[in-house]
Amino acid sequence: MAETNVAEVKQPAISFGKEEKKLLTDPIDSNNPITVQVLGICSALAVTTLLSKAIVMGIAVTFVTAFSNLFTSMLRNAIPKQVRMIVQLVIIAFLVTVVELTLKAVNYSIYKELSVFIGLIITNCIVMGRLEAFAMGNSPWKSFLDGIGNGLGYAIILVLVAFIRELFGKGTLLNFKIIGNTPEYVINTTDSMLFGWYANNNLMVLFPSAMFVIGIIIWAHRAWNTKLVDVS
Amino acid sequence: MGELANLFVKAAFIENLALAYFLGMCSFLAVSKSVKTAFGLGLAVIFVQAITIPVNWAINTYLLSESGLIGIDLTFLRFILFISFIAAMVQLVEMIVEKYSPSLYSALGIFLPLITVNCAILGGSLFMVSKEYDFAESLVFGIGGGFGWFLAIVAIAAIRERMKYSVVPPALRGLGMAFILTGMMGMAFMGLMGIDFTAFGK
Repeated sequence: MAETNVAEVKQPAISFGKEEKKLLTDPIDSNNPITVQVLGICSALAVTTLLSKAIVMGIAVTFVTAFSNLFTSMLRNAIPKQVRMIVQLVIIAFLVTVVELTLKAVNYSIYKELSVFIGLIITNCIVMGRLEAFAMGNSPWKSFLDGIGNGLGYAIILVLVAFIRELFGKGTLLNFKIIGNTPEYVINTTDSMLFGWYANNNLMVLFPSAMFVIGIIIWAHRAWNTKLVDVS
Repeated sequence: MGELANLFVKAAFIENLALAYFLGMCSFLAVSKSVKTAFGLGLAVIFVQAITIPVNWAINTYLLSESGLIGIDLTFLRFILFISFIAAMVQLVEMIVEKYSPSLYSALGIFLPLITVNCAILGGSLFMVSKEYDFAESLVFGIGGGFGWFLAIVAIAAIRERMKYSVVPPALRGLGMAFILTGMMGMAFMGLMGIDFTAFGK
């Protein structure tokens, strides 16, 4: 690997210092792919009706971002600028096919539920966006960490949205019954003094609710981390 | 002819790619800050949709299906071939915009190459396959779908421009409000979902 940066030459190829740690933690908070960079929204809306789907999707996307960043960064000096997108897409499509076939073999029922959305990881802008913005200009190890960080930042929001939508929309979590109006639920709303008013909210299962929930998460995130507030 | 017009209305309004299926949301939210850039991106999406969907139809019918020219079922190559053609097409649009409108080019920034990964484009091609359209239908579906997406992004950009004059909590300003507005527009478009235009003539 030809290192162009002088500072990089002095360091060993794989190190884990302050800078590398920042690459991992930044995308989880102050540079979150969903709430700050606005990347990868489509799948975030579609797979968050069930917590199990969101977890599998989060793992799949983290895998794809990490390894596509790694491979693209290794090849970055060999890729001509004009055809870079096609090369990147072939790398992504290859990794997504690996994920799809693995999931098909390991857990077929989840595979059936996620259906086209595994294929649509190819067009998930997080993957492509990080390749364009980071992996094309940084060393493989750093790009790999950046990929993991962004994948995790995406997964955290996905799991949070799915938690809210599944709990309030269906009254279950990971298909385990939590809030409902028959005795089989943990919190039985007809018998409970505290939750007697609660009935499943069907809006939470529909698409627009994902928009509202992400909007409110962004609100909370920015109220807490005031540096991110939009001044314009 | 009437059926094609009906398909256009259906693709543009009832099954709006942006507001009924929430496809292409990344660029939808990030580029809708001003009507001018939204307009440019919307036009680029119509153009790319109108070309990629019919050509992908031809690829699917003549190359990939079992009754095509090769005679082997190659549908497992669908993703890679579709996305490669879309990527090539977008790179062409990028060159044209860069040459003829440098200001629009810099305003669209990273979101122009990202049309490639705009799920509305690949989603449109995949819908075309799953709904088994013929050539004319896929052309109309491409233009209609692109037009619906264009309409949605221009509408949300106009609302967001007006939002500057309203008092929004600081942390909700900008992106947060855009999400909530899109959710509301999505709810409004859900009201159109049950309409069946074929029943009108009877």
